[in-house]
Amino acid sequence: MVRSSGFGENIKLAFRGIFTHKMRSFLTMLGIIIGIAAIIAIVSTIRGTNEQIKQNLIGAGTNSVTVCIKQNDWEYEFDYMSVPDGFYPVSDESMDQIRSLPGVKCAARYLSRKNSASVYCGSVTLDGCGVFGVESDYFNAAGLQLIKGRLFGEHDISSFSKVAVLDRSAAKALFSSDEPIGKTIEIGKEVFLVVGVIDTESSFRPSIESMEDYYTYVGNTSAKVYIPLADWPILFQFDEPESVIVRCKDTDSMTDVGRKTAEILNNALGIGEGKDGKSGESDIRYKADDLLEQAKQIQDLSKSTNSMLIWIAGISLLVGGIGVMNIMLVSVTERTREIGLKKALGAKKRVILGQFLTEAAVLTSVGGILGVAVGIALAYAIQFIAQVPVAISIPAIVVSVLFSTAVGLIFGLLPSIQASRLDPIEALRYE
Amino acid sequence: MIIDIKNLYKDYLNGEMVVPVLKDVSFSVDEGEFVSIMGRSGSGKSTLMNIIGCLDRPTSGNYLFNGEDVSAMSDDELSDLRNRGVGFIFQQFNLLPRDTALENVELPLVYANVPAQERKARALEALERVDLADRAEFLPTQLSGGQKQRVAIARAIVNNPSILLADEPTGALDSRSGEQLMELFCDLNRQGMSIVMITHERGVAAYAQRVMMLSDGVLTDTDKESLEGIK
Repeated sequence: MVRSSGFGENIKLAFRGIFTHKMRSFLTMLGIIIGIAAIIAIVSTIRGTNEQIKQNLIGAGTNSVTVCIKQNDWEYEFDYMSVPDGFYPVSDESMDQIRSLPGVKCAARYLSRKNSASVYCGSVTLDGCGVFGVESDYFNAAGLQLIKGRLFGEHDISSFSKVAVLDRSAAKALFSSDEPIGKTIEIGKEVFLVVGVIDTESSFRPSIESMEDYYTYVGNTSAKVYIPLADWPILFQFDEPESVIVRCKDTDSMTDVGRKTAEILNNALGIGEGKDGKSGESDIRYKADDLLEQAKQIQDLSKSTNSMLIWIAGISLLVGGIGVMNIMLVSVTERTREIGLKKALGAKKRVILGQFLTEAAVLTSVGGILGVAVGIALAYAIQFIAQVPVAISIPAIVVSVLFSTAVGLIFGLLPSIQASRLDPIEALRYE
Repeated sequence: MIIDIKNLYKDYLNGEMVVPVLKDVSFSVDEGEFVSIMGRSGSGKSTLMNIIGCLDRPTSGNYLFNGEDVSAMSDDELSDLRNRGVGFIFQQFNLLPRDTALENVELPLVYANVPAQERKARALEALERVDLADRAEFLPTQLSGGQKQRVAIARAIVNNPSILLADEPTGALDSRSGEQLMELFCDLNRQGMSIVMITHERGVAAYAQRVMMLSDGVLTDTDKESLEGIK
């Protein structure tokens, strides 16, 4: 123990000082407590939201990107509009190109009516049900799980079999608890045989903040009926340009694959990178529905608003630090005699400096630790009240406590230097 | 020789004016001596005390402490010298009010980097020497004036200093406690401790083997016999 007059002794002294002036110490710490609590609560909320967004993407689990025709970023819906000039069905060559893109697992063409189709089964009518005409690979590409029955085989496609696969919510709406497999349903007066039921995409529950989100996500979760792509002209029209769904090997490649797929499809139609699409004034082209990109945008948005909040919390820490400096200056004045005595007894400048710096640092560190506790409580309160997910970040806690210690060291420096420079003769005479 | 001061001057600056406080002071203390310095207030005795205790530096002159030139020492070296060489005793005791008697006595050992356990043992031993071992865990507020000053003495001797410097040690005590304190000083002196004591009371000064008089910054030897009658 070479430094027995050092750290441990100072810590002991500092805690004694804090406990001697409980009220004063607490009020001094309050600024630090509030600042750190705010930071912890904000960071936990940001992390919680981001974690949820990320989990939702992984929860959707499929890393699937859909590339469809969009007019000015809105999906071009054939329910209400005719096929735009210059658009043709996607060729097999384009599909081969897409499948050979790096990071692509599989890809499939599909067509859909999301709002206008009606499906019947006996006396039950299912309005506004999504009807999808799909290639056999679609279920794989979209990551849809078969619950019972079977999916479409090559035979169904080539022989134009009028078969249908229902998702869980469509099956429940049409057949309630009855067995749907082997029963028939009617879509637009045509009779289809139900051969399989798949699970509803359900794990993706993002926060809905705009109408666009509403259509994107709520549209996704309504009841769906799938038929072979080859059957599409029986119900709707010939030569509709298809959308493409691409399943990627990992989440990170989604953005890139989506962009390249759209490029391949646009190039096949002779639409360049330029601003104008096929029909002059309005921009109609293939675009990727990039969930990852959307998630990033949401994350960035929450980050930028919250980084502002962190700055505000930082100001609270600054104010807290000034409070610490103030109270330390008072403390030095109050203890002038004590400092003089200690110097007379052989305490060196740096010993006095160390004692007061330690006291300031302990004061703010205790404030920081209390602030972390309050912040965690606050985060869970936010989670409870606002239903916002919260993830407590250990690095944020460590950084916060270290930061509050640093605040003490920085703002304690001036009073401590003042204490260490006191003239022992003057200090001993001080009343 | 523990203290050897030759031709020492100390001036203070009062605005533009130079005020001489100590004028050509020469003074020495041998090992085992008990010396009193008498003087009225304003005579410069506190300044002399501060210089002897290495809290202040002389304007000119030589000061050897245990043969070492104090004027050449750095602040840290002076701190070490005060810590190991000098035991201070103040009129107002200057005990830390929130520390127990034992912790107060330990303080110089803390700055001497003595390990905690040894510190405690030595502080207890020092308290025993002033007959206060049974009050080790008391706070200063729980002690009488005489007891407080004895704790202060324990603190002064705990690090085995070369010399005790006492500045009006009986000033805040009643006469009975004062007498007991002087008996303790004499006991310590008989055990070999060198003591320099500042006082304005003749009766107290007379306990010392040698009495000096400081008047207007000039130090002179005094015939101790002339004090005897007053004691």
